[in-house]
Formats: sequence, structure tokens, C-alpha cells
Amino acid sequence: MLTLSRWKIIAVTLSVIFGILFSLPNVLPQKTLDAMPAWLPHQKLNLGLDLQGGSYLLYSVDTDALHRERLSNLTEDVRTQLRNEQIPFGELVQQGEIVSVRIGDASRYNDALNLLRKNIGAPMQGVIGGKDVSISGKGDQRIEIRFVPEAVRADASKAVDQSIETIRRRIDSLGTKEPSINRQGDTRIMIQAPGESDPEKLRSIIGKTAKLTFQMVDETVTAEDVQAGRIPPGSEVMAGDQYAPYYVVKKRALVSGEELTNAQQQFDPQSGHPVVQLQFNASGGRKFGDLTARNVGKRFAIVLDNKILSAPVINGPIPGGSGIITGNFTVESANELSLLLRSGALPAPLTVEDQRTVTAELGADAVKAGAISLAIGAVAMFVFVILAYGLFGGFAAIALVVNVLLIIGIMSFSQATLTFPGIAGLILTLAVAVDANVLIYERMRDEANAGRTPMAAADHGYRLALTSILDANITSLISGLIMFSFGSGPVKGFAWTLVIGVFTSLFTAIFITQVLIGWWFKATKPKSLPIA
Amino acid sequence: MRWPLIRYIPRSTHYRFVRWAPVAAIFSAILIVGAIASLFLQGLNLGIDFKGGVSLEIVMSRPAPLAQLRTALDEIGAHDGQVQGFGEPNTAMVKFLPAKGEAASAASKHVEAELVKRFPDLKVTSRSEVGAKVSGELLMSGFKALGVALLLTLGYIWFRFGLSYGTGAVVAVIHDIVLTLGLLSVTRIEFSMTEIAALLTVIGYSMNEKVITFDRLKENLRKYKTTPLRDIIDLSENERLSRTIITGSTALLALGGTFLFGGPVLKPLVTTMIFGIVIGTYSSIYIALPMILIWGVKRGDEEATPIKLGAASRP
Repeated sequence: MLTLSRWKIIAVTLSVIFGILFSLPNVLPQKTLDAMPAWLPHQKLNLGLDLQGGSYLLYSVDTDALHRERLSNLTEDVRTQLRNEQIPFGELVQQGEIVSVRIGDASRYNDALNLLRKNIGAPMQGVIGGKDVSISGKGDQRIEIRFVPEAVRADASKAVDQSIETIRRRIDSLGTKEPSINRQGDTRIMIQAPGESDPEKLRSIIGKTAKLTFQMVDETVTAEDVQAGRIPPGSEVMAGDQYAPYYVVKKRALVSGEELTNAQQQFDPQSGHPVVQLQFNASGGRKFGDLTARNVGKRFAIVLDNKILSAPVINGPIPGGSGIITGNFTVESANELSLLLRSGALPAPLTVEDQRTVTAELGADAVKAGAISLAIGAVAMFVFVILAYGLFGGFAAIALVVNVLLIIGIMSFSQATLTFPGIAGLILTLAVAVDANVLIYERMRDEANAGRTPMAAADHGYRLALTSILDANITSLISGLIMFSFGSGPVKGFAWTLVIGVFTSLFTAIFITQVLIGWWFKATKPKSLPIA
Repeated sequence: MRWPLIRYIPRSTHYRFVRWAPVAAIFSAILIVGAIASLFLQGLNLGIDFKGGVSLEIVMSRPAPLAQLRTALDEIGAHDGQVQGFGEPNTAMVKFLPAKGEAASAASKHVEAELVKRFPDLKVTSRSEVGAKVSGELLMSGFKALGVALLLTLGYIWFRFGLSYGTGAVVAVIHDIVLTLGLLSVTRIEFSMTEIAALLTVIGYSMNEKVITFDRLKENLRKYKTTPLRDIIDLSENERLSRTIITGSTALLALGGTFLFGGPVLKPLVTTMIFGIVIGTYSSIYIALPMILIWGVKRGDEEATPIKLGAASRP
């Protein structure tokens, strides 16, 4: 093994060059870094939020709320369909996951079933029936409609994806520096915003559902009806604007914010108050045109997150796909609403599950503490291993230096996150790396004592220690990989450091010292090993 | 003084490790009982990662008046409030649970505002708010990780060395984990996500020790086919004594710097690791190997008969 093949020397030289080149950007001042040619590595270590300061937010998407809403829309669709065909029905109720309706006229039961089968639900691939709902006839002239489980799951998954997109657009428009937004698990979204030590602005802009709908006001309901609680099915009472304490509105939204292409703050030419101007897409514009044409003289409500912003009377048809929202706006709140509408509504409410913030100063303190710990640990190891093994200990120390350079280089290159606990992981990794050399050297001593020549003892040392070293590193690798798959945030960083360290340690502890000892043998032709 | 110092470590020692195994077993048993008792009686000091709630790291322009902060926290009405010194004298860690039905973030804002009103020089430098749902899941996944790590390393050792070694290793590693958890319980070190990471590294390091012990044992079993198992265990232990001493000292020296200068975040983590290294080294010699002695191992082709504990060993 100690006969140095060319590839071994090349591999060692390349790794040293790689380590130096890729860890160098971390110590160079920014000016030098900028002046360096582009083909040289420029990437610095990607410090975790606990080291550079910043905010971490974990949101969960309330997909149940979304599902409830879909069920209630389904109920309304059934009502509208049956009503339009003038099929008498009753007992239209939503029970748990099922929407159930009783057809009043037995002779029209089959018509109703066919009608609903034809018009309710959206096509969906890969499920029985090819639709996202299943409709089945029950005894007693009942029809039951429910969403297929695949549709419920697909809906939830789509909602999380949409939420991520929406959050990204909202945060981008804030100009926060490089936030990362990732899906975590089935229904969670993780946001990391480095350098953001006050996440409140972030939260307030992310947390708004910004669900905008246009719903007709149900003017058949009188104030007495409301007081007596006589609200017709399909309508609901909503808190009102500055003109009326409440309105009764139809539950079914006619046009929604998803069909907007733009929203901007403007001033009302008549009153001079801030308003929000809306621009619909083609289908939204058509729906809005129809809605206004059919309902001239009636009142409709502009509803944001289940609150009525305003409920104007339609003075005439509004074609062309644009309109304005008036309300009690200030310039600022109109601007914020425009931003939210532009970036789209969240399909489902979000709740914060976990929030962590570290200020930049605290992060800087952590970096300092970590660097001091690492330096002291490394120096202590150098001194100890050189004291213990003399020249060979020096070789092990050189291997250790290359190991540190390689770990930092690989972490900078791969942009793996270095966290505060990761620094402790790094230190322990170095200690275990020294263990590989200790195993080799102890083997050499055993073999030399058993009467082998120095060269043969050294050679056997590497050969015989190898299995133990590999076994030991595989067990470390297992625990590192488990940490990586189960942990989150700082623990993941810790795991990465361990895993990268296992590979670099194997390489440096075995090859670097081997090449150095090989050269030493060539140069001095020793009569005995310095450690025997 | 001669250099290198490795020459000071005697080359061939003849310590009778196995003879002390019964004493060690009693010692371990007492520690285990103590650890389990502490875990049952006072449990672990769960951090907000696992319990949910709010923790605020604060800094003041003067030494933080911990007692006054505590009283203030009670007055504000924070539920289960705790105040601890945290590193520098002018910093402290304030922890509490939000009231039932109150969102963690709302509670955090409210308490911060109230604290700043009472202590105008107080500044929050780090804030964590963890919901109850996430914390429960984190605790579950943490213990799941520990379990999976144990199973997988057992699998590996079983595959490499055979079942009796695997069992010895796992019994020893479980011993290490129980004692480490016991240490966390007794010292009230906060049990957080990073502590799970520390426990996993303890498992890694401890397994590492066992593997290296077994490697040497297996080799000697092949070399000396007729020597009694307990003598081979002693021989293997003596042969790798210098390695154990040097590696153990290196690891402790390396972590020593972090223990002293790593600050209040790393200190608990490193404390766990240091304890784990010591206990892992101990259990390789006194738990894993005696387990093999009791269980017996396959030697060459013939099955070795398990040696009864207490049987007189040959000189």
C-alpha cells in the first residue's frame, strides 16, 4: 500500500487544491473576491439562520377549511341545477362529507339523477367515473353526492402548491432578501428569511388570505327576517360596511379574485378617495359584464376574507372587464390590498406553527463562539497528536488541516447549510478522523513489535486497520443519514456536516498520511518507525 | 522526557478487564436504576421544541435581574413562566406557555411589550414560538430517529459480526442512551431537537467503539482458537488500550474548547456528547464484551459454549 501509485498522488494533490480553492472565498475580503476571475469559486459557506440571523416560519395550510368550502359550493351547485330545471326538491343538506338531497317528485327522480351526473363536478383523470365527485341514488328518492378521496387529496396538494406560489409573489414584492420557501410534509410550508429579524411585516403580508369575491346581496330578506333568524338557505348574513351594519348576501360567489389580472390603487375621480382599480381576465370580465348587465339596480357585495368592503348598487352594465372597489381606504391600505390582490388569494387559510427569529448580532456572536471553539479544538488536537505520535502525528495533523479545508470547501461548493450545532458536529468529526490515524498507527506499532521491518509494519498498519475504519465510519454514516431524514433546520445542518465529514475523513486520514509517510520512507530509509 | 509520548503508554499490558465485569455490572445497574427513577419522577426538561410555547432570548444594558424578571412574568400572567441566565450576565432566557386558546405569536408580542414597559433597556434578540401540534410531532420524530438509528446500526453489526455481537452492541448502546437521558433529567439540561442530534452522535460514537472492539476480538478469536473466550477478551482489550486512551483523549480535548467557549447554545449539546464519549468507551469494555461472554460466540466452525459468570478464570 505504501508504494505510491501515480493516481494516489494525483488524487491527494487535487483534493488539496480543491480544498484550498473552495474554502478560500470564506476568508478573502469581499473586494478581493469581486476582483477574482469568474472561473474561480466565489461561493461562501451558507450559514444557517442561527448563525447569520433571520426568521424561520412554519405555516400549515388549513386544507380542511378548503374542503368545507368546496362542499358548501357543491351544495349550492346542486341547488342551482335543480332549481333551473324546476325539479322539486327538499332536505338539501351537507352531512359530514356527503351532500344529500331528496327529490320531491318521484317521476322526476331519474331526470334529477341524470342532470346532476351530467352537470355536477369537474372531470378528473384516473378515477372511476372520470369525475371528482361520485353521485349515487339512494332509496326514498334521495341522491347523495360526495367528492372522491383522490379529488380531496389532489385539492389539498394543489392548495399547498398554490399557497407557496402566492407567498413567493407576496414576499418578492416586499423586497426581502432571498427568502427560501419550501414545502414540508403534506400540508406545511417553511419560510426562511435570512437577515429578517422582524418577521411581523412578513407575517402580516403572508397571513392575509386575500380572498376576494363578488356576491349578490339578497334583497328579499327584510330586517325582521334577519332578527327572527329566517335566513333562506343559500344566503348568509355578513358584517357590513360604513353604510349598513350588515348585509344578507348569496353564498355563491359570482366572480372571484382568481380572475383578476391586475389591481392598483387609484383615486376616485368624483370623491378623491383612494380606491382599488381592478382588471379582470377575459372570462372574469365576461362574468362581471353579465352579472352587472343582469342585475342593474340591484346591490352586490365586494367581499374580502368574509368581510364586506362595500356593497354598491349597480348603476349600469360594466363591460370591458375593469371595475373599482370603493371602501373606507387610506392610500396605504388601498396599496396593500392591491398588492394582495395582484399576488393572488391564498386558497386556504394559513396558521403559524413554528416561528423562530435570531437577530444578526446574536448570529454574529454565535459565529464568533463557533470559530473560537473550532480553533481551540483543532489546536488541542494538533498538539496532542503531535506529542503522542511525533512525526507521524504531524502527518496526521496535516491530514486534519486538509480535512477541514475539504469540509469547508465542499460545504461552500454544495451550499449546504452550516448551523451552530453543525460546528459541534464538525469538531466531533475531526476527532473521529484522528481516530482513523490512531487505529493505523497502533496497528503499525503492533506489527513492528511483532518483528516486521518498518516498511512492512507501516504497510500492514494501513491494510489491517482499514476494515475497522470502514466499519466505524459506516455506523457514523448511518446515524448521520437518519438525522438528515428525520431532523429539521439546525439538526439537518448538523447531519450534513457529519455526512460530508465521514467521506473527507476517510479520504484524508488514509490517503494524505499514506502519501506523506511514503515520501518519508523514500527520503530517509528509516531503520525503525518513530512510533514503535 | 522522551518524545513521542506514545512510548509512555505501556506496550503490553495485562489488565484483567473481565474480572471487574461483575462490579461494573452492579455499578451500571445502580446508575440505570437511578436514571430511570429520575426519568420517571421528574422526566426530561422538555424545551419548547417539544413542549410548544414561547422562548425569548433577551439582552439588557445591565446584569439581568432574574428574580425581578420572574416576578414581572408572573404579573403579566404568562403561563408556566421561566427565567434563566443564559451565557453573559446581561442576557437571559424567558420561557412561557401561551394561555389556552391564545396563539403563541400573540402571547409573545404581548409579553414582550409588557416586559419592555417594565424594563425599558430590555431587548429581544432571539424569539421562538412553537405550536403544540408541531412540538408533538417533533418529539415523536425525534424518538423515531433514535429508534431507527438503533435498529439500523444493530442490523449492520448483525450483518458484519453475527447476532451475538449485535445484541451485545445494542444492549450497550441502550445502556448509554438511558444513562445519557438520565444525565439530562438529573441536570435539567433542556431537551431539544439539538439534544436528539447529540444523542444520535452518541449512538454513532458508541457503535464506533463497539465495532472497533469487536473487530479486534474477532481477529484474536481466529488467531487463538483454543484460548478461553474471557482471556481473549482481556487480550483484545489490552491490545487496543492505547488506541482507546488516545482517541478518547483527542475527542475530549476537541470538545473541551467548545464546552468552555461554545456559549450557552452549544454547551448543553457538547456536555451530552462528552458524557456520551466517556460512557460509550466504558460500555464497550464493560457491557458489550461481557454480554458476548454470557451469550457465547461462534468460533471458527464449532459453537462456543457460553461461559458461566463467576467461573474461575485461568491465571
